[in-house]
Amino acid sequence: MATTTPEDRHGLRSYLTGFALALILTLIPFGLVATGVLSKTPILVVIAIAAIVQFLVHLRYFLHLDLTTTPRERVFAIAFTIILIFIMVGGSLWIMLDLYNRMMV
Amino acid sequence: MSSDAAIDPGISGQAAPDAHEQRAFGFWLYLMSDAIIFALLFATFAVMVNNTAGGPAGKDVFSLSSTFAETMLLLFSSLTFGLATLATKAEKSGRVLAWLCVTFLLGLGFIGLEIREFADMVEAGAGPDRSGFLSAFFTLVGTHGLHVSFGLIWILIMACQIAVKGLSVPVVSRLSRLGLFWHFLDIVWIGIFSVVYLPGIL
Repeated sequence: MATTTPEDRHGLRSYLTGFALALILTLIPFGLVATGVLSKTPILVVIAIAAIVQFLVHLRYFLHLDLTTTPRERVFAIAFTIILIFIMVGGSLWIMLDLYNRMMV
Repeated sequence: MSSDAAIDPGISGQAAPDAHEQRAFGFWLYLMSDAIIFALLFATFAVMVNNTAGGPAGKDVFSLSSTFAETMLLLFSSLTFGLATLATKAEKSGRVLAWLCVTFLLGLGFIGLEIREFADMVEAGAGPDRSGFLSAFFTLVGTHGLHVSFGLIWILIMACQIAVKGLSVPVVSRLSRLGLFWHFLDIVWIGIFSVVYLPGIL
């Protein structure tokens, strides 16, 4: 490692930080499901939070998405995609669950 | 260098780094459209998850240890691909090849576990034709597995290109897009174990 530049070390530290955070955010939900120390609803909430945080960790440390250095059009593209996903997934679930409640319950 | 420079000036009159940036953005748009496909498969799964038609539910067919092993293999492969990216920046083609090989083996282990899981499920009478739940499950997880398989082929192709051409400008440009693809697939897997496996096993 004698030939690595400070930039390399920064990159390596970034990947290792991301990996360590992702590992912790994976172990928490798997550990909760394996041991069952909480009841079902709190575990589901923890799984959801850990997944969202880990999503952000991956974007930041693995895909290097950064609001200041990433090209503006890429940030717009992912923001637009997230809006589309909210409309389409949220809308589908809303319609189907409403239909279920009206017809099956 | 030559192929980038040959294509680009005729179109925009600009130099090779811009061509790389344009391709990176084009590939980014592809990934975004892929993210929408996966999001809709997740929505389909969420709608279908209770439609088991008297067949097995998630807790009957999913294994926590196998899911955990798959998750770890993909997470480690994301790290090793990152190390390959760093070796690319340091222009050490031997180290790039070594880390790509490790990434390939981890990805292959993931696909192997997934194929075994699917085969066991089909053998136990829990194939995609059993219920709406299982159709949605195989479509979602199978689409992800197919993406990982194509990623493995792409890693092999890039390893050959590095061995033959070295770390030329087009090869490095392609490697960066492969990196985006590989890290993207790990992000989709976070969704799969958090939406499909863990709530199913609970």
